[in-house]
Amino acid sequence: MPDFEPRILAFACNWCSYAGADLAGISRMQYPPNLRIIRVMCSGRVDPVFILDALSKGVDGVLVLGCHPGDCHYISGNLMTERKMRWTKELIEKTGVDPRRLRLEWISASEGERFANTAKEFTDLIKKLGSIQKEEKEKIFSELKAAEKVADESRVRILMGKERELVEEGNVYGDKSTQEDFDRLMKDILDDEHVREKILQIAKEKPLSVKEISKRMNMPSQEIGKHVMWLRHKGKIALHGIKKRSPLYKTVEVPY
Amino acid sequence: MTEEEFIKFTINGVEVQGKPGEMLIDVAQRNGFYIPKLCNHVALKPYSACRLCIVEMAKGGRSKFTASCSFPISEGIEVNTESEGVLKLRKMTLEALMAQAPDSKEIRDMAKYYGITDTRFKENEDKENRCILCGLCIRVCNERMGVYALGFSGRGASRRLDTPFGRLSDVCITCGACESVCPTDAIKLGKISKNEPKPITSEFDLGLKERSVIYTPFPQAMPLIYLIDKERCIHFAKGTCKICQKSCEKGSIDFEQEDKKLKLDAGAIIVAPGYEFVSPDTRPELSYDRLSNVITAMEFERILNASGPFGGHIKRLSNFKEPKSMAFIQCVGSRDRNKGVRYCSSACCMYSIKEAIIAKEHSPDLNISIFHMDIRAFGKEFDSYYKSAKDMGIKFVRCRVAEIQGDEYQNPIVHFTDENDEPKKEAFDMVVLSNGFARPKDADKLAGVLDIKLNKYGFCETSAFSPLQSTRLGIFAGGVFTEPKDIPDSVAGASGAAAKASVLIPPDMRMIGREKEEIIETDVSEEEPRIGVFICHCGINIGATVNVPSVAEYARTLPNVVYAEDNLYTCSYDTQRIIKEKIKEHDLNRVVVAACSPRTHEPLFQSTISEAALNPYLFEMANIRDQCSWVHQREPERATEKAKDLVRMIVAKSNLLTPLTRESLAVTPTCLVIGGGISGLTASKDVADSGFKVFLVERKKELGGNLNLVSCLLEGENPQNFLKRLVKEVREHDKIEVLTEAILENIQGYVGNFTTTFTHAGESKNLEHGTIIVATGSNPYDPSEYLYGKHKGVITQLELEKMLENKKFKTDSVVMIQCVGSRDENHEYCSRICCTQAVKNALRIKEKNPDAEIYVLFKDMRTYGFREDYYAKASDEGVKFILYNDEHKPKVKDEEGLVVEVVDPILKNILKIKPDKVVLSIGMEPRKENTDLAKMLKVPISKDGFFLEAHMKLRPLDFATDGIFLCGAAHSPKFVNECISQASGAAARACTILSKSEISAEGIVSQVDEELCFGCGICVLNCPYNAVELEEETQKAKVVSALCKGCGVCGATCPKHAIVMCHFTDQQVKAQIDAFVEEVQ
Repeated sequence: MPDFEPRILAFACNWCSYAGADLAGISRMQYPPNLRIIRVMCSGRVDPVFILDALSKGVDGVLVLGCHPGDCHYISGNLMTERKMRWTKELIEKTGVDPRRLRLEWISASEGERFANTAKEFTDLIKKLGSIQKEEKEKIFSELKAAEKVADESRVRILMGKERELVEEGNVYGDKSTQEDFDRLMKDILDDEHVREKILQIAKEKPLSVKEISKRMNMPSQEIGKHVMWLRHKGKIALHGIKKRSPLYKTVEVPY
Repeated sequence: MTEEEFIKFTINGVEVQGKPGEMLIDVAQRNGFYIPKLCNHVALKPYSACRLCIVEMAKGGRSKFTASCSFPISEGIEVNTESEGVLKLRKMTLEALMAQAPDSKEIRDMAKYYGITDTRFKENEDKENRCILCGLCIRVCNERMGVYALGFSGRGASRRLDTPFGRLSDVCITCGACESVCPTDAIKLGKISKNEPKPITSEFDLGLKERSVIYTPFPQAMPLIYLIDKERCIHFAKGTCKICQKSCEKGSIDFEQEDKKLKLDAGAIIVAPGYEFVSPDTRPELSYDRLSNVITAMEFERILNASGPFGGHIKRLSNFKEPKSMAFIQCVGSRDRNKGVRYCSSACCMYSIKEAIIAKEHSPDLNISIFHMDIRAFGKEFDSYYKSAKDMGIKFVRCRVAEIQGDEYQNPIVHFTDENDEPKKEAFDMVVLSNGFARPKDADKLAGVLDIKLNKYGFCETSAFSPLQSTRLGIFAGGVFTEPKDIPDSVAGASGAAAKASVLIPPDMRMIGREKEEIIETDVSEEEPRIGVFICHCGINIGATVNVPSVAEYARTLPNVVYAEDNLYTCSYDTQRIIKEKIKEHDLNRVVVAACSPRTHEPLFQSTISEAALNPYLFEMANIRDQCSWVHQREPERATEKAKDLVRMIVAKSNLLTPLTRESLAVTPTCLVIGGGISGLTASKDVADSGFKVFLVERKKELGGNLNLVSCLLEGENPQNFLKRLVKEVREHDKIEVLTEAILENIQGYVGNFTTTFTHAGESKNLEHGTIIVATGSNPYDPSEYLYGKHKGVITQLELEKMLENKKFKTDSVVMIQCVGSRDENHEYCSRICCTQAVKNALRIKEKNPDAEIYVLFKDMRTYGFREDYYAKASDEGVKFILYNDEHKPKVKDEEGLVVEVVDPILKNILKIKPDKVVLSIGMEPRKENTDLAKMLKVPISKDGFFLEAHMKLRPLDFATDGIFLCGAAHSPKFVNECISQASGAAARACTILSKSEISAEGIVSQVDEELCFGCGICVLNCPYNAVELEEETQKAKVVSALCKGCGVCGATCPKHAIVMCHFTDQQVKAQIDAFVEEVQ
């Protein structure tokens, strides 16, 4: 078998990490040619959806590179990135993919060497982990697609967007939640949304009853029933017919 | 000419017209009809020898075949250029010509056009005579050159090209016109002429490459316009030729042009005539004139260059083979009291290291030795570069080279005395002489015209306190003309000279020049993307690793790419013109450049496409140099694949680019100068003198900074009087507000509109300003080594200076130790000033007590530029300079009195010295506060802890962040005169912004899609700049463009993707991801 050459995507902020990558070049530091950089103005621009999208399309690893905390050209964009990447990793983990395939690093404009080393180490790591599509390609990709949908869900995005405020400043009533409380809430929501996305995926092909869905997902039908009701309420799933007194549900196709 | 006077007729049924007397072939070609020809030349009379241009012509029902080159047109003729008969005749002629001259590409190409690949005639076996008797050579020699060196002799089958009486011609002027017009390479100057041809070589390539008489001085000349070398042009010598005038379709050749005398009214003059190299012949023993493999550094620079004589490959001049070993000889002509120049040329150590590193990168197996006296890597991060050269295996040999001899193969053999004082010799394939800088040849004449004084070295005389000012008011000097220096120092000083000059000119008179013409942008919104891709070789920087033509080939296959080409330098002036032409020619509405970093070159290309009426945001760049060819030098194939991926990704994005608008923002015409040392004071005064308000903030109570500690400069002047005067001028200046004991708290805003908060006496205040100059200086190192602080006989140079102020101070023996707090484990850099400081103080001690024993223990004496004289003087006066290295650092012991132990570099035994005093030459350290200030300013800090400018060589005074500038020791340690020229330079840079009433803001801002927005306010919450607000009425988000900085945090968090980060939209990023995962076919 020929050596596996992973495909790695890096998002680098214009002011620090992209400049650091340039410096690695100016200093002629050699690193493996597996990674491709997408330039963004700030690492804060990196939407979790981008990362999950890339992974679900067969990218083997994603680097998100920003300025060191406190150095951000945009004051605090990188801190938002840090919080978002934490949840993105959480989502990746749910899919069964090794969350080490996503890495967040701080690289300043003067750290050419750090950039080259990061590129080397990360390439080595991904080589060790192997191709993301090595086994059960279809399953992994559909899991990742589901995770991408979760990251795109308004409820999840709103909560991600409010994390800093809720934890550091408090809500409109001045109530501050602890990081633990917030984490618990966020994890619950991610769990719920993840189950719902899976339901939508399963019920996409043909109409299924709650019982059938719960069997496929290996979850109590009571739970599934709740989620199906919620999804029906949101118009994401619809009653398709009744079979042997059991209602059958089918995912509502949304034109993309 | 009226309509009637034209002659009308038809060619292949199409009606055409021409002027009376015009030949048929010319009219046909003008109208796009292809007629082959060999003997016809635009500058020569028709000859109809080759018969290829034959056409069929009919008039009044009768037709005939005729050579179109010699047939004057007449009314009503019907011409057929492709009739059956014509084709038959033409093919036959071509076959016959092919038989006579089988190697001629010109004939073969024509034959191919008519489907002929072989000839049925017997091929001419006489390889020496491929002449087809077209007579071009004879006619050009006679008609155009008026030389009459050639003619035909014999008749019929024995007709041949000949010189009179068959003898080598002595009238031939070896102009080569005959060779250049011959389509079959049948004529050789050597066979006809008695005279030796003299090749014309390119001055720019230092004679290593030939050039034509009509030429551009170098590929990136500005403006890129051809000129005629009058000295060598035959027309100017003999009044004949004029072929160029006949050939130039635009009629641009004007022989009448004369040098013009211009009279310019100027308020100030800046003199920057540059320098020349010291001739390597000043050291004849180095055999430059005898051995072809001994070359100068500048010649080697050309050899290394992709546009140089060998396309960037390293070759020996004797046999054009790649060398396996090379030596650089430093200080050729510099630091030489007998021949050449006495001073140090400052830049040669670094240019040699650079050339050595490039050569080594090019050929990793090349063995390189650099023979030197000291390596003077005194500039910012130069020592790290020096170290990287050593790490690459480049050998540094400390010695003085005695001579170079050659063997029979032109191989140079270097004779030198090594560190153990033993004579040695070593053979190399190639030797590079690093020759120093000399003043321009016409410096005396120039000084006479300008009425300025030159110093004892023949350079422009300046003083330490006004390093840019010549001896005549209003005349300023820049670059090497004041002292040998490298690029960053030249750039900084040049900006400084501009600042000084502009102070003299009233503000309303400063802006004369061409008005930029208004360009109306093409509306491309309704058009399908038509992408043009330009891929740069960057000389050998990209081209040596990435297969650039194949990337261009690949780019052509990408969706919507309608044009792709590769360029030697895409950023060159010439290519900018080509890009503009191609935009017009192919109706391009998106442009992609694959080259270096958008961080440095995007603005250039954006302005180029703007000039071609495209919105600047319809441009994208793929970084295939810094992030590809340079970092994958050992994997050319995979680097090429990566370059293709990067191009495909960025092309995918550019399909989705949309035009954006830049808003105009008002500029607050005030400048904040941070730091009140010599740099801050100078910058403040220069900005204020240019007419703008300055806030000068200083942490301490006193102004003056580190200069307060200095009582005497090298040349003997006392800086205190100057400093006092400058502080007074600054304090009393009506445009400068001095704020001492002020602590900066926060800096917000952006170029043109900064707001700074500082506290003064417990009170917090705000300042509004348009630009910032950082001049925070550096700190003297606080040593703990060599018993400092433990023995009172161990002092620093600064403490010694204080003592020397005391008239009664006297010492009998002193040991000075260099590089304390510089060039060690904790400080990788050189502090630049300490060597000179040691020499200065040694001389001051000697002045008081000529018998004093002074030892200077050093690693490299870096008394660069004119400072070298003082080093030489100290040696002459008996100061002993002893070399040490990191393995054998000197030891200072307290054995009932100070004892210094150092290894004698020659005898290798330990030398014990018992001095009165040990003086530590302490270095300069970056200020600890730099880190906090850098965060406030959002600018980077180098690995050594100094502020990091936008570009080390070309933008030494700018930060990458617009509107913030840098000068003085905050940049890196430096001398007073260097601080002053940098500070003036930074002032000039700041004034370029302050003098504008408005600047255009970045167009990359976010926009709200009101349809999608449901007013959740997450964007408002997350925007670091408060640039998004919820509109009262609609409860939808709204972006205040002037505040938006384009970070895109809002876009990444919007629950509904309702906020669009322009130029980095979801679709654009996803297109890049999709393009990445798409397999390369």
